[in-house]
Amino acid sequence: MDFGPYLMLAMLEGAVLAAVLALMASGLSLVFGVMRVVNVAHGEFYMLGAVVAWAVTTLLGAGPVLNFVAALIVAPLVVGAMAAAADMVILKRLNYDPERTIVATIGLLYILQQLTLMTYGADARPVVAPFNERIALPWVEWGDKGLSFYFPWGLSTTSYKLFVIAAAVVLIAALKLFMAKTRAGLIMRATQGDREMATAFGVPVERVYALVFGGGAALAALAGVLIVPIQQAHYLMGGDALLLSFIVVIIGGLGSLSGTIVAAILIGLSDGIISVFFTPTLAKMIATLAVALVLVFRPQGLFGGTSR
Amino acid sequence: MLKIEGLRAGYGAAEVLRGVSLSAEPGEITVLMGRNGAGKTTLMKAIMGLVKTSGRIELDGTDLAALPPHQVPRQGVGYVPQGRRLFAELSVAENLEMGLGAGPAQGRAATREEMLELFPRLRERLHQRAGTLSGGEQQMLATARALCLKPKLLLLDEPTEGLQPSMIGAIRQVMVTMRDRGLAVLLVEQRIEAVLELADRVSVIEMGRNAEDFSRAALSGAEGRLRARLGV
Ligand SMILES: Nc1ncnc2c1ncn2[C@@H]1O[C@H](COP(=O)(O)OP(=O)(O)O)[C@@H](O)[C@H]1O
Ligand SMILES: [Mg+2]
Repeated sequence: MDFGPYLMLAMLEGAVLAAVLALMASGLSLVFGVMRVVNVAHGEFYMLGAVVAWAVTTLLGAGPVLNFVAALIVAPLVVGAMAAAADMVILKRLNYDPERTIVATIGLLYILQQLTLMTYGADARPVVAPFNERIALPWVEWGDKGLSFYFPWGLSTTSYKLFVIAAAVVLIAALKLFMAKTRAGLIMRATQGDREMATAFGVPVERVYALVFGGGAALAALAGVLIVPIQQAHYLMGGDALLLSFIVVIIGGLGSLSGTIVAAILIGLSDGIISVFFTPTLAKMIATLAVALVLVFRPQGLFGGTSR
Repeated sequence: MLKIEGLRAGYGAAEVLRGVSLSAEPGEITVLMGRNGAGKTTLMKAIMGLVKTSGRIELDGTDLAALPPHQVPRQGVGYVPQGRRLFAELSVAENLEMGLGAGPAQGRAATREEMLELFPRLRERLHQRAGTLSGGEQQMLATARALCLKPKLLLLDEPTEGLQPSMIGAIRQVMVTMRDRGLAVLLVEQRIEAVLELADRVSVIEMGRNAEDFSRAALSGAEGRLRARLGV
């Protein structure tokens, strides 16, 4: 394959990662933005999304499409409810103290991980994609005979991967609209701005926090459901996802949703491209280096402080 | 209407209010005075349920201290905090929306319109971020936000602090208008001339305790004593 088509293939792989990452990191960013809680257990909610998707499809045993749609609805609800409960039982008691909640969510991470190991086991299990047609992609080139149009061998993707990208775009657009246009979104932004004044204007802040923590976890779970037909569900899958999410949220500017999305696209695409042309390890090294550079030269993130 | 008795409040182990009593009546401006650090702002926060308290805070027979804090504004208490504390990232319209949401469900559109008539400057800036307004405009918005919930008790904590004279006049005019409409106004104010002009009653607190109260009648002859109390 020539360089051009090869690059396009790498970018498509990167776009799938970017899509899933943007969804997951939006949840992390939302929780940090509104609650000032650094949720170290966020990766486990992603893992639980994938595991619940496996459980739902296995229990339901219907066709692949119906199974998947059920997982897409049930997993975020179940995981979101678990997270909201964890918020009320654990984080609320700590009065949302920024340092103590970090320690508490580290504890939550291990509890969720070990409970999954004890019940679901150590195996990686697949979920069948609802559809998975191979789609050959065309390539356009200036040759000696003018513009030519052909299908290079190996330049292809699957309908499911395109669906993942489209689904993430739709979900994130919906999230942005929700935050900007609905009354619930307004209340969340007001609580983010000044918790005490939100209370003085009738906002039950603790209920908002439970919903935000549950909603953030539900976004991670959605990302987990979307990825499981590509990657399989495994009890340790939350670790890498958490690391990449933190990288994205820090580069994008903590608490800035737009920044998070742009950073997810940057990190996803560069990860895809570097992984294909060099190695995945180099991709992670470069992403980590990028975080270090951002922290040194622009600690508020690329977009922090300007857009929120 | 508002009756506070034996109020104690503080932050963690530090007690700031050590048994304060105070009342405010409809159609009156009650001014709360005291030196810096006396506990005026803490008293306002205590009414809103934003600090730990013991003692009674009664509004028309309802014990506010027994309610969850977010229920206090729903009893008809509008709060204009010291330093304005707008939702800086939200637009002017959204800040008003937060006030409307804490008030009665009926007549919100009319209330909003009324506020924009009272403060025409805000209408020109409806879609601007509140944090980008000038100091005077921010104070107008903080006042409008509190009035949006149709309060029967309005709390204002140093609303003219750091404002230009032209703005100070406008804010005072609004307080007088609201008093004449029958609201109970509880005002924290440091400027003696303003107090002499506006107050129906004055309560002075010192170190978290009641020091002296002045009625409207007693006030004109007591300027010297008041100044001595406040050390100005
Ligand atoms: N958030 C807080 N935490 C701890 N102490 C506080 C806090 N806010 C105010 N204080 C203290 O409480 C006392 C009263 O403060 P405040 O009510 O703001 O006084 P005033 O408004 O009369 O100037 C001061 O000694 C101040 O240092
Ligand atoms: Mg004060």
